[in-house]
Amino acid sequence: MIPEIGHFALIIALCLALLLTGVPIWGAWRRNVAAMSLAPGLAVGMLVFVTISFACLATAFLQDDFSVKVVASNSNSLLPPIYKFSALWGNHEGSLLLWALILSVWTASVAMLSPQLPLLVLSRVLGVMGAVGVGFLSFSLLTSNPFERLLPGIPADGNDLNPLLQDPGLIIHPPLLYMGYVGFSVAFAFAIAALLGGRLDASWARWSRPWTNVAWAFLSLGIMLGSWWAYYELGWGGWWFWDPVENASFMPWLAGTALLHSLAATEKRGLFKSWTVLLAIFAFSLSLLGTFLVRSGVLTSVHAFATDPARGMFILVFLALVVGGSLTLYALRAPAVSSRVSFDWISRESLLLVNNVAFLVASLTVLFGTLFPLIMDALGAGKYSVGPPYFNAVFVPLMALLIPFMGIGPLSRWKRDSAARWRSELAIPAAAALLCGLTLPLLHAPYNPWVALAVLLGGWLVLGLARDIWWRVRGAASLRQGLRRLTPSYWGMVLAHVGFAACVIGVVATSQYSIEHDLKMGPGDSEALSGYEFRFKEVASVRGPNYVADEARFEVWQDGERVALLAPQKRRYLASGQVMTEAAIDAGLFRDLYVAMGEPIGDRGDWAMRLHYKPMVRWMWLGAIFMAVGGFTTVFDRRYRRQRSGARAATARGAQYAG
Amino acid sequence: MNLLRLPVCLMALLFAASVSAVIETYEFSSPELEQRYQDLSGELRCPKCQNQNIADSNAPIAKDLRKLLYQQLEEGASDAEIRDYMVARYGEFVRYRPSFSGATIILWLAPALLLLAAALVVVAVLRGRAGRGGPELSAEEQRRLQELVTRAETEENAERHS
Amino acid sequence: MPARLKLFLPLALFALLALFLFRGLSLDPRELPSALIDRPLPEFSLPRLGEEQRVSRADVTGRPALLNVWATWCVSCRVEHPFLRQLAERGVPIYGVNYKDDDVAAQRWLDELGDPYLLNIADRQGSFGLDLGVYGAPETYLVDAGGVIRYRHVGVVDERVWQDTLQPLYEELAAAEESR
Repeated sequence: MIPEIGHFALIIALCLALLLTGVPIWGAWRRNVAAMSLAPGLAVGMLVFVTISFACLATAFLQDDFSVKVVASNSNSLLPPIYKFSALWGNHEGSLLLWALILSVWTASVAMLSPQLPLLVLSRVLGVMGAVGVGFLSFSLLTSNPFERLLPGIPADGNDLNPLLQDPGLIIHPPLLYMGYVGFSVAFAFAIAALLGGRLDASWARWSRPWTNVAWAFLSLGIMLGSWWAYYELGWGGWWFWDPVENASFMPWLAGTALLHSLAATEKRGLFKSWTVLLAIFAFSLSLLGTFLVRSGVLTSVHAFATDPARGMFILVFLALVVGGSLTLYALRAPAVSSRVSFDWISRESLLLVNNVAFLVASLTVLFGTLFPLIMDALGAGKYSVGPPYFNAVFVPLMALLIPFMGIGPLSRWKRDSAARWRSELAIPAAAALLCGLTLPLLHAPYNPWVALAVLLGGWLVLGLARDIWWRVRGAASLRQGLRRLTPSYWGMVLAHVGFAACVIGVVATSQYSIEHDLKMGPGDSEALSGYEFRFKEVASVRGPNYVADEARFEVWQDGERVALLAPQKRRYLASGQVMTEAAIDAGLFRDLYVAMGEPIGDRGDWAMRLHYKPMVRWMWLGAIFMAVGGFTTVFDRRYRRQRSGARAATARGAQYAG
Repeated sequence: MNLLRLPVCLMALLFAASVSAVIETYEFSSPELEQRYQDLSGELRCPKCQNQNIADSNAPIAKDLRKLLYQQLEEGASDAEIRDYMVARYGEFVRYRPSFSGATIILWLAPALLLLAAALVVVAVLRGRAGRGGPELSAEEQRRLQELVTRAETEENAERHS
Repeated sequence: MPARLKLFLPLALFALLALFLFRGLSLDPRELPSALIDRPLPEFSLPRLGEEQRVSRADVTGRPALLNVWATWCVSCRVEHPFLRQLAERGVPIYGVNYKDDDVAAQRWLDELGDPYLLNIADRQGSFGLDLGVYGAPETYLVDAGGVIRYRHVGVVDERVWQDTLQPLYEELAAAEESR
């Protein structure tokens, strides 16, 4: 019964989404205030019914209702309850429902948190989001109904959740990632609403900025968790594989990063209006394209869902409608003549353009590299693979080119600045960064020039920011007062830029310094790796809730001191019989020690073991967390709060506006 | 129906097979060879798998290719010889680092061309913008503007701390 | 209105992309054609299955034929086997490559299920398979009279695969051979 309620709620949600698309946009066109005023209610209604549907599916999972097909294929009665819950989105049908739920959350949030928006704009924005909702809800209902029953012939127990997905990181990774992906639909909806209204002024940028920052922050966290999960769960010690599915989440992030910066110029200076609208469309299109790539099977990936060409066709048609439609609207409505606003070569505007160039080229390169095998195949030109060596070779120089400009950005002035001022402001940070780059890598033998370059670039970003903060607070009565004077937007930017610097240093240091050693070891053996001695003590059998495992026990010694106990496991899951490696990691700010267990060798108790020494690998995830916190921080800016306090007046204005 | 289901089952199997880590315990005659083994096994694609290199894949063919790679390295083959050997048998498909020849030249040049095109657009935009707009402010006007900005900031702060 | 036209550029690029994506839906990214198409069959010198006599490239060339890579550990090979026997009865020459297998088990398989092969190459280490670019059994190669590989099919050969792809190619090669 419960699954049928869920199915029915989903159908009602689709009906509400259809109304949300039709009524407010019609109302906006006819200037019908009654029709427009329905939009927030419909948005909240859509959320309520998608939530009911989601809760019903969650109940089916938690109650082991194996008559429901997705539950039978992806869960098992032995599974711990938390994984029964997260198994909901460990499959195509359930994750699509999560997509729809998160879209409704964003839609209802816009409806409820934007009383300052003129009704005309709000109704168009919600209408566009409703249209996206129609696409995904009908996709779910028509091709991937999560409530499909297995009748008759209910299996006694479920197939189990893939052991790889039985992990705390994978409980929150998909929701965060989707919060980011789907969150770009808000910026997209604002952009389309602005095009529909024909008023491409700075206001749409101001309204959509906080939403975009939050979506971007969620996406950063989601990508970071995925990378971290791959690192500790796959047992390879890798953290980024440039797999199509990873690229599918990375491309919107790159486009979103360009969008954040372009929105700043549009809001503050009324510049690049058409360009920013295009970026908003681009970022969300890449989210949709990612969904297509992951679920259609046009590219091979380790992470893809079980694919089906019929589903691929549905998303492609939807993609063509949404992206094709919005780009047509763009071509017809975007101002063809650029604004009269002027700025100098040496100005913050040009630095933001440099950012946009770098991130646009980066996202297009990732897009082209990801689709290249498909393009060649479609042209009948043969089968090709494009992998990490290619992406690293083009990505690293691009980012290295960007960072020198990125260091100047925060302290540059709008409209007109002077190179002489930049020189005098940044001479000390530049010299200090150079010193850091030259000396800090000496702490880790052998001296590595690439790490030196990374420290130089990262130091340039951080020290430039420090100089800027100092310059901004020095006039204040006390340091505390001075720091308090800085706005949340500014702090958000500082955190994000510092996070980026940490990422750069972490990525380069871990790539250059990491040592991997695969070898045969028996209990009693020991192996030295970069000053650490790994002593293999014993192997024991352990039992988990739904698996049995062999567990190797290691002591790690350094300079006569025991620094870590590591216990990697080789698990066999009872329901599916799948064997899985569980790596053991001793994490640290400056280095990780990592042991993974392979196969037993011979009959004398030897095992194949992988030992890793991974310096500074945490820095890139910490950096991503900094970036995300930065993105969230900007929302607390006074500018947006003031919008809210002035809400009542604005609502009153909205009614007039609508007339 | 069965035919349609087959690829799905296969995928599930492949995914299952890839769950546990692949650890080979070859003993190399020098650390340089071990490093080259790690690099090459990381950039050669397993022909049968779902987008995995031969280092990470549990498929039998990946195991054979790892062994072959180890033997060839120990026999003193160069990186280029090993790559050519693999490409002659499995096609360009096995290279995660596409060669710089024929159709893949466009792949390698694309980022640079994109960057160049974008840079040209930016220069065009900047040329159009620089010096456009209203007349310059005089020194006196600049000073007054600065004053107004300072006053606005002070007021904002007062409002914030009140 | 060139300024307005410029704004259509993103739409045009997207349309192109969508075309490729549409084409991609009907392609199988996992299908991998042999790198040896239109190249000569690699040289080899391996024992004949069940015997010590060695066979080489010359023993399996000279007329258009199928070269079937199989093994007793390969589940799909068992599915394919009856159809291969049918083909052999229709007079299609089939040579076997017994790939990474045990000779005794392979001989038992042929005794129990019937032997469609003219002869079987015992590729115990898989070295010939490696030279052929085999990445999993079963695979079936179509080799012409001159010993040049014309086509490879990965997976089970059944009536449909035979009629749709292999038979037309095979008959073309056979006709060319007769007219010579």
